[in-house]
Amino acid sequence: MVDYQLTEEQTMIRDLCRQITDEKIRPVAAQYDQSGEFPWEVMKVIAESDLFGLYIDEQYGGLGGGIFDLCLATEEFSRGCGGIAVSYAACALAAYPIILFGSEEQRKKYLPPLAKGEKLSAFGLTEPAAGSDASAIQTTAKKKGDDYILNGTKHFITNGGEAEIYTIVAMTDKTKGPRGASMFVVEKGTPGFTFGKKEDKMGIRASATRELIFTDCRIPKENLIGREGMGFILTMKTFDTSRPGIGAQAVGIAQGALDEAVKYAKERKQFGKSLSSFQGLQFMLADMATQVEAARALIYAVAREIDSGKKDVAKNSAMAKLFASDVAMKVSTDAVQILGGYGYMREYPVEKFMRDAKITQIYEGTNQIQRNIIALGLIKEMAKQA
Amino acid sequence: MSIRVINDKCTGCTLCVKACPFGAITMVDKKAVIDLDKCTLCSACLEACKFNAIEIKRESTGTPDIDQFKGIWVFAEQKKGVVQPVAFELLGKARELANELQTEVACMLLGHHVREKARELIERGADKVYVVDAPELENFLDEPYTKVLCRLIRKYRPAIVLCGATFIGRALISRVAVRLHTGLTADCTGLSIDPDQKILLQTRPAFGGNIMATIITKNHRPQMATVRHKVMKELPPDESREGQIVEEIIDRPLLTSRSKILDIVEEIEATANITEADIIVSGGRGMKGPENFKILEDLAKVLGGAVGSSRAAVDSGWMPYSHQVGQTGKTVCPKIYIACGISGQIQHLVGMQSSKIIVAINIDPHAPIFTVANYGIVGDLFQVVPLLTKKFQEIRK
Amino acid sequence: MNIIVCIKQVPETTHVQIDPQTNTLMREGVKSIINPFDMYAIEEGVRLKEKFGGKTTVLTMGPPQAEAALREAISLGCDDGILLSDRTFAGSDTLATGYTLAMAIKEIKDFDVILCGKQASDGDTAQVGPGISAHLDIPQVTYVKKIEEIKDKIITVERMTEEGYDVVQTSLPCLLTVVKEINEPRLPSLKGMMRAKKTQIITWKATDIEMENDRLGLTGSPTQVIKVFTPPPRPKGQIFETTPQDAANQLVSLLKDQI
Repeated sequence: MVDYQLTEEQTMIRDLCRQITDEKIRPVAAQYDQSGEFPWEVMKVIAESDLFGLYIDEQYGGLGGGIFDLCLATEEFSRGCGGIAVSYAACALAAYPIILFGSEEQRKKYLPPLAKGEKLSAFGLTEPAAGSDASAIQTTAKKKGDDYILNGTKHFITNGGEAEIYTIVAMTDKTKGPRGASMFVVEKGTPGFTFGKKEDKMGIRASATRELIFTDCRIPKENLIGREGMGFILTMKTFDTSRPGIGAQAVGIAQGALDEAVKYAKERKQFGKSLSSFQGLQFMLADMATQVEAARALIYAVAREIDSGKKDVAKNSAMAKLFASDVAMKVSTDAVQILGGYGYMREYPVEKFMRDAKITQIYEGTNQIQRNIIALGLIKEMAKQA
Repeated sequence: MSIRVINDKCTGCTLCVKACPFGAITMVDKKAVIDLDKCTLCSACLEACKFNAIEIKRESTGTPDIDQFKGIWVFAEQKKGVVQPVAFELLGKARELANELQTEVACMLLGHHVREKARELIERGADKVYVVDAPELENFLDEPYTKVLCRLIRKYRPAIVLCGATFIGRALISRVAVRLHTGLTADCTGLSIDPDQKILLQTRPAFGGNIMATIITKNHRPQMATVRHKVMKELPPDESREGQIVEEIIDRPLLTSRSKILDIVEEIEATANITEADIIVSGGRGMKGPENFKILEDLAKVLGGAVGSSRAAVDSGWMPYSHQVGQTGKTVCPKIYIACGISGQIQHLVGMQSSKIIVAINIDPHAPIFTVANYGIVGDLFQVVPLLTKKFQEIRK
Repeated sequence: MNIIVCIKQVPETTHVQIDPQTNTLMREGVKSIINPFDMYAIEEGVRLKEKFGGKTTVLTMGPPQAEAALREAISLGCDDGILLSDRTFAGSDTLATGYTLAMAIKEIKDFDVILCGKQASDGDTAQVGPGISAHLDIPQVTYVKKIEEIKDKIITVERMTEEGYDVVQTSLPCLLTVVKEINEPRLPSLKGMMRAKKTQIITWKATDIEMENDRLGLTGSPTQVIKVFTPPPRPKGQIFETTPQDAANQLVSLLKDQI
């Protein structure tokens, strides 16, 4: 791996996460993949190691780091299991609106338990009729006195049902179109907030993906994040910040798959030689390793840029996610190819990496949407220069 | 080497008088006086004195008069009045060493209502048995057992003391060795006498058995060693053997204890005692699940053996920890160890590589277990094991 | 409550080998770790502190690099670390080691419970724990698998036996050696690791502790190693690669006389 000049603290974080992955995640990855059960045991270990608070400010009980640290942790965990890793990383997606745009009261209330890992969080935007077209959401939040009443259904929500704190985007004013959406915090247990079915997924099966159902769910006005009408703006800005986290998940999956492939190629003998002595396979491995390193370098660079406070990060952040997820899909597929027949068997770990990798090209903005963002960003920059 | 009483500090409390095994201390005008002719510098009085009023000056760091120490002693561990098999094994070895040194073998037997067991020890090779029978000694407690052993050893000065490396033995003998300021070598796999120096050569494994070390205790007595069960060979009982039974009366202060036993609990799991078994059929990751251990149980039953497990199988929850063989589990030394679906990582080998015959059954021809196996079968254990069970069953008939 | 945990830094045993030419240990490239059994003692020490309040001090005797072991223990929740390091300690056998540690503990003065792992993975003797308690003249309970209760200076524990366990009660201060069954050691926390980095490790030389010099190091060690060798390798075995039926038959005929 290239030396990314990590600070001592960052090295500590990475090494600790690596230890957790080796001792607590890898041994149980296959089991959670099979059962689809939520990995509470692992979440507990991660919480006890203070890792949920990596990107949360010290005054709220966190470690005062940023996206870079989140990426370090997520990549390491993903080398063991992408599903367990996203259960951890997805909390950041829900936490960031509160961190970036929440009031002081909201930060004081919600961030400490998130930092300690006492409560998990989830981000609720997607609906059956609103995927890439997020503006088509139909969940409403009607103001009534000092409260808002939520009605509607979200689906495909990561950590749905397991999390206790939810950041929900709902329409407060349908007449205003995209400017009529607002963001709210809704806690599990609020009357009118229930959960629907748990999805049976192709990959990241340890991650819980559920429907959120709001039926006249009443929340106090204090739960509005920012101002009415800012819903999609806050959403976009949150995604811009958190995209490298998903990219890191992809890099971790790719690295995990690559490591298995290299190990296998060294051990497996055919035609009297180890697979790794065949140039055809050497070329494959070389391409895989280069792509993973390039993806990592881009993720780290963008993460550092975000942490430095740069405002306009949408294009770069989209590039990082797009590239890393495409790499993860390619590398994990190639890894299965290298393991040949064994690669196809569930007994061996690589097919799981391939199944896990696919979602990284889809969620948190499909790679098609990412390309939109990148193109629009390029054009905008060009226009500025002209 | 010299001993003296610091008169300014002596309060005349007479604790030292009672502690001395040789009656070498008397009170004169309420101050302790040590008779240097009787004193052996064993330091029991120094330990007993609460006022630091007795001082021993060491010129060399060794036990004084080491030539006066003679005899080979064995601690006869008993539980519920039953002498533990390891004691007989040690007696067998002690007999062999004693013949070389032309000296006698004695046992220390502590307990309550255990006197009649002394005869058994004589039949197994002891020339003498020192019996200390007291209700306080019925069950093992570290302090009274330590004090009694120290008392006996200081009084009679054996050259060598052997003890089983059991839960009791290891805790007890470590404390005794420190009290007596002498050397102790634990878990010896080999004991012999150096023909020139006439001292005990103690061989033991280190670093999990990857290397062996030979150790001596040159200037201190007694030379103390612990040995694991099933390492030495016991002598068959010889009813015609004659021996002496010496009942030692011990003062009450030596029998006190700051600890007490509230309950003794036997667990069925723990008695699946693989450390006792002569044949062990063991399963690892290759068993693929808890229900598959049934085929190992079937084979073990036919062979009259026990079922063991690697750490991988225990960590996966397929077998209880009491069956785990290896570095963080149990060390076993059966006649036959059959490893099924166990790859043979070093941490496992450490727990079973001294088995007499190792059989390995594994589908992977490169599994490290094959490097230590006497016989290896490269194949599917789910086919091989039931076939073995069937064949052994046929032979039994 | 003041708890002292005694630990040892050992080489990772899986890779230790002897140089056949010099008959000495080849230690290059072998990682140093905390003796695995001591991890359980550290965890128990931290749990006791969390339950009863007070302080957990971790103590080790070793070369200067043993400081890393102390820092790791601190990252797991111990409060202070003390390193006993001095040339005169070199060559200590278990008697000298137990003496040195006991005298250091005497300097620490206040303690309620001393915790040790049941044995060290390099020497495997299990002697130092009981040795410390003998030198300090405090009660000991070995192979403890559970601490049931501590109340009014009386501690009740379960100690392992070959058949199961005994419930033993003793007075504080006391020494306990613990077994794997007692707990599940935690992983370090980031905050713990950061604190461990900043913590000042106290180092004591022989002159910092009241001890008799002739009981230290080589001089104070009644036992000495006179020879070290690799055990003879097991003879190469017979491997069967035929059908299961054939292999089973052959094996049975070879073993049947041994049963």
